[in-house]
Amino acid sequence: MTKTLIRGARILGGQPQDVLIEDGVVAEVGSGLDAVGARTVDGDGQILLPGLVDLHTHLREPGREDAETVRTGTMAAARGGFTAVHAMANTFPVADTAGVVEQVWRLGAEYGWCDVQPVGAVTVGLEGRQLAELGAMHDSAAGVRVFSDDGKCVDDAVIMRRALEYVKAFDGIVAQHAQEPRLTEHAQMNEGTVSAALGLGGWPAVAEESVIARDVLLAAHVGSRLHVCHVSTAGSVEIIRWAKSKGWAVTAEVTPHHLLLTDELVRSWDPVYKVNPPLRTEYDVTALREALADGTIDCVATDHAPHPHEDKDCEWGAAAMGMLGLETALSVVQRTMVDSGLLDWAQVADRMSARPAAIGRLAGHGRPVSPGEPANLVLVDPAYRGQVNPADFASRSRNSPYAGRALPGRVTHTFLRGVATVMDGKLA
Amino acid sequence: MQRHLISADDLTRDDAVLVLDTAEELAQVADRPVKKLPTLRGRTVVNLFFEDSTRTRISFEAAAKRLSADVINFSAKGSSLSKGESLKDTALTLEAMGADAVIIRHHDSGAPHRLATSGWIGGSVLNAGDGTHQHPTQALLDAFTMRRRLAPGTGHDLSGLHVTVVGDILHSRVARSNVQLLSTLGARVTLVAPPTLVPVGVDGWPCEVSYDLDAVLGRTDAVMMLRVQRERMRDAYFPTEREYARRYGLDGERMARMPEHALVMHPGPMNRGMEITAEVADSARCTAVEQVTNGVSIRMAVLYLLLGGSEPATPAGTLPGTEGQTALRDES
Repeated sequence: MTKTLIRGARILGGQPQDVLIEDGVVAEVGSGLDAVGARTVDGDGQILLPGLVDLHTHLREPGREDAETVRTGTMAAARGGFTAVHAMANTFPVADTAGVVEQVWRLGAEYGWCDVQPVGAVTVGLEGRQLAELGAMHDSAAGVRVFSDDGKCVDDAVIMRRALEYVKAFDGIVAQHAQEPRLTEHAQMNEGTVSAALGLGGWPAVAEESVIARDVLLAAHVGSRLHVCHVSTAGSVEIIRWAKSKGWAVTAEVTPHHLLLTDELVRSWDPVYKVNPPLRTEYDVTALREALADGTIDCVATDHAPHPHEDKDCEWGAAAMGMLGLETALSVVQRTMVDSGLLDWAQVADRMSARPAAIGRLAGHGRPVSPGEPANLVLVDPAYRGQVNPADFASRSRNSPYAGRALPGRVTHTFLRGVATVMDGKLA
Repeated sequence: MQRHLISADDLTRDDAVLVLDTAEELAQVADRPVKKLPTLRGRTVVNLFFEDSTRTRISFEAAAKRLSADVINFSAKGSSLSKGESLKDTALTLEAMGADAVIIRHHDSGAPHRLATSGWIGGSVLNAGDGTHQHPTQALLDAFTMRRRLAPGTGHDLSGLHVTVVGDILHSRVARSNVQLLSTLGARVTLVAPPTLVPVGVDGWPCEVSYDLDAVLGRTDAVMMLRVQRERMRDAYFPTEREYARRYGLDGERMARMPEHALVMHPGPMNRGMEITAEVADSARCTAVEQVTNGVSIRMAVLYLLLGGSEPATPAGTLPGTEGQTALRDES
């Protein structure tokens, strides 16, 4: 196998060092390493991080290959610096059986752009009524540990309790999409001054917060692990902070878009800003950034949600919910968290790699950059400045809310077990 | 005036007063035996209605026809729209047919804005009501009715008037448009509704909110009763129709407590016995029918200003009888 020497990169933002990759692992870290027989990558001025891990990706295959496939989605992931993604279960058919999760897992392994860890549905058909065969999905080749009805909320308290309890048998975790369904009937955007002005159905913060409050109490009661998907409100942050202060096994994620964008953008009526949970207010954005900084929110997850052009090229009410995230996540985090001084690069590695890998119990990812560890790495040029152009994306879809925006930083190289998936910003 | 009329917020005070003044001028046409001007001859105006609304559609149709425009009615029922055609493809079709203006009513808030700003069509877009967002010509005709009755005169706005809007504010595009336009025109606005029917986030609006109708009636110059759909009861916005009518309906007794000059307005269609009793609806104070008449004048004015440009709407020589002697506008 080829050797690769990364010269002079700042590991986790520290002093420049050389990193030698050999046989898929980090062989050596130090100064003035011997490059004989090795391909050399100039890391000057760049940050070296463990490969990013996404707990929340919609790869759309099977069923909506017009929006994304495992192949294009993992190419987008590699471009974004990810070496592992968790593929959400709301496909057609739903990933609620061992057969579907194995298929997605095998496709990921076959293409090899990044590791694909399927998420299993909590309930059959995401219907919220009957538990899916969680054990079978765990025992399958896909080895599922994260279960979620994402896109829908497990709103029945008994079903949620049972799921939380049941997955303890194999150290699983339930990732909840917290959305009280009755409070969000006909909801189109965050409920507040903007929805009042636009006459769009309001999506109250309490619809998210009330479910999170119930779920942390349930998780505490049965002693299970709960993960809260895409936290979007300041009130949710308070509840999670309280649950953690009790020592309960609650973790949470925030999306890049909820760290940057607000519901004021809906005034444009551009459905590219239509997303579930909805964009909230500046007050919420500030609370989310602080929560990610102080560790109340454990990690960043993209909720990468590709949609074909026609599903966004329409009136707001007819448009699909969701936005792309994989190829811009790190830049948004740099902009909102690093450049603002809230996180250093070591903490970025924690929030975007180590923590999500630990929550998903994903072996070989989110590891330190030290000898003997798997060479899942990403090299980032933080000084890069450019405009987001979705036409350049590897994703099959183009629904990026950042189109035309200037965002800092660029992934120049991604390595999956020592094999470059991205070289000089291009798919390798 | 801008090229489109999507929201009452698109109008400055001077724009709005210009519309009212133009409508006043055009209203004279309605009093003549031949109710037609050649102003928009050769222009094509499309009524694109995704939502049933005979009243609004025929009002726009009458307005366009009185200005001699060619009118095409395109409604959802029985057309490609009911077969799942997208708004975009419908728009491209209308564009290909050479529509100079599209009057759109749509069940989704924001649809007219998308139509106007997505590059699908080149003509003017006139919002005839979108979801629970805006209905700007309704607000204009309401303002026109108030000005005629309470502050008559070219160039006047509604400064000093106190207008009370009562009913389902949450789901009302009429209320949203009226709050904006009335405040632009200098009026003071109070919204009255049960708290369930006031939107969360109303605090940013240029108006006051009250839950007590009786407390505000004595100091109002016009009270605008909004239609309250009986179905709202099923979603627990209020307990029963009777309770709603008792607390927020306008009956003869309440009307008697209003100042003598005060108007009772209703955008129609009315729910007699719900938000308004028959006694009030049929009283001389109620302007509901007058509002319908004024609606045609206002819509003529808006169409003229969006499509016709800056020349006088009814210059000498173009009134009926001498029609055709002067071309109003170079059609090239």
